[in-house]
Amino acid sequence: MSHPVVRDIRFFLAHTPGLVRHGSKPTREIHSNHSVWQDIQGSLRSFDEAAAYAPHQVLLGNMKPDGLNTAAAPWYENMLAEYSTSGPHGELVNEDQFHGLLKAADEFDLVLLEEGYAARVAAELRSHPRVTDEEIERIQGVPYSRIEERLTSREGAIPLLTRDGETIGLVQTDYVDDASLAPDILLENLAVKATATMALRSVLAESGTDPAGLQYVIGSGEEAIGDRYNRGGGNLAKTVAEAAACVNSTGSDVKAFCCAPVHAMVVGGSLVQSGVFPEVAVVGGCSLAKLGMKFRGHLAKEIPVMEDVLAGFAVLMGPDDGTSPVLRLDSVGRHTVGAGSVQQAIVEALVADPLDRLGLKFGDVAKYATEMHNPEITDTAGSGNVPRTNYRLIAALAAQRGEIEKGSESRDRFVEQHGMPGFSPTQGHVASAMPFMAHALDDLRAGDYQYSMFLAKGSLFLGRMTHMSDGESFILESNSGAG
Amino acid sequence: MVVLLGSPTPESAEVYARTVTEGDPSWVGPLAGIALGLPVFHVLEEEVKSQFDAAVYQEQVEIMESVLDTDDIIAAMKNVREAVGV
Repeated sequence: MSHPVVRDIRFFLAHTPGLVRHGSKPTREIHSNHSVWQDIQGSLRSFDEAAAYAPHQVLLGNMKPDGLNTAAAPWYENMLAEYSTSGPHGELVNEDQFHGLLKAADEFDLVLLEEGYAARVAAELRSHPRVTDEEIERIQGVPYSRIEERLTSREGAIPLLTRDGETIGLVQTDYVDDASLAPDILLENLAVKATATMALRSVLAESGTDPAGLQYVIGSGEEAIGDRYNRGGGNLAKTVAEAAACVNSTGSDVKAFCCAPVHAMVVGGSLVQSGVFPEVAVVGGCSLAKLGMKFRGHLAKEIPVMEDVLAGFAVLMGPDDGTSPVLRLDSVGRHTVGAGSVQQAIVEALVADPLDRLGLKFGDVAKYATEMHNPEITDTAGSGNVPRTNYRLIAALAAQRGEIEKGSESRDRFVEQHGMPGFSPTQGHVASAMPFMAHALDDLRAGDYQYSMFLAKGSLFLGRMTHMSDGESFILESNSGAG
Repeated sequence: MVVLLGSPTPESAEVYARTVTEGDPSWVGPLAGIALGLPVFHVLEEEVKSQFDAAVYQEQVEIMESVLDTDDIIAAMKNVREAVGV
């Protein structure tokens, strides 16, 4: 038996302003008032603006999260002079490349691209090291007349537009009567497949891991893949394993709303430790429904519509290698059915209980990773500063237990030392704790500190089956090398 | 009838308070243009807090007082009630 370690993680980001119209909120509002799209379109960022946006550079690993404390705010007005579309933790592609990747991920002719556009995009992606020759071959286009005819002659197709408003393709269904295979859902699922696949390919290649050595992939996203008889049946995991050439791998999905990645990490770690599947990946694709989710608030404040980025991630786990940070399975914090949904009870279950079990104090955990939503996106739309609220809650509990002094000064000091500003796009499960993992792995490997805790919460009540919340947590510890 | 809010920010508290008094300020929900004029309070306000069993309040709510922008939330609620006259 061996302790599981977390070897590496990569993020894949796509700036997709043209797809904002297909986010859930914009779709509904455009449907009732077509002029809404003009308002949104006028506030969408360019690719350079999205790339030079400080929170994205943190996600790509070109900047530390705490760097946001001193970066000039608002970040959307103070673009970084130096930035890159790739970094040690991931890459950011533009919308043309992403449309090409949607076509590359499509095995059923669901996506049609205009032929000139397809040729240009294929040429652009040809030099990308993570796109296969077979996929480049798949990025074939059709005459514009065929796209126009399909969009206007019958139901079951939605247009793909660029930020500039040019129609460059469509997504179609071959089962018009099946709501589970509607074109907007197929678009959502293809985007999930594309983002998760690119993230898994990156983490495998950049960590020098042979895809054939991977044995199990766990999907942890919020998508619902399936037809009318098995809506949400899923297995994105195995789909992505195939696309990333993990020929000896099988897989399955863990479903738990935003909390699923943390559940999946615990399940993955358990598979490693038991020896059932020693080499495991946890993947999460994007959440297209959340594009433009808070556009009303952003337009009202005359700031950019910042929910224009899709994000996916992939983590590699394996047996103890003597160097990679250890996932302490004895630290797992669980929100049980009987724990209730009061915030205080949830944080006690997720933070205080595991610390007690390991004989640690609140201050022993150098950095807590919680829901890392970028506050510039949420606070400006009336949804508050999510990570700050969570950090204050942890601090309040530490004060209640007498581990720090009571009062706002002590609280704010704790938050600054053990928390960080949010820097994740509001991509649901992707934003839950995972965005900090790449930085934590770097810090723990460098010996900057010994412990980092990852906690996530899930809003089960959104599905109308229960009033419950959910949550789970675990601690990553630097590897002592003792085995 | 009294409407009791638990929303976590001054902005959201104001939106909900306005919605049940003078009508949905965003004009997108079913209460757009409908002024119900209902008295509305936030659970963190003293008028509500004082009516709780202290032990229940401590277990269910108190910790959030030190987490949320409580003063701003209370100010937002008072502003709406004064402006609308409920």
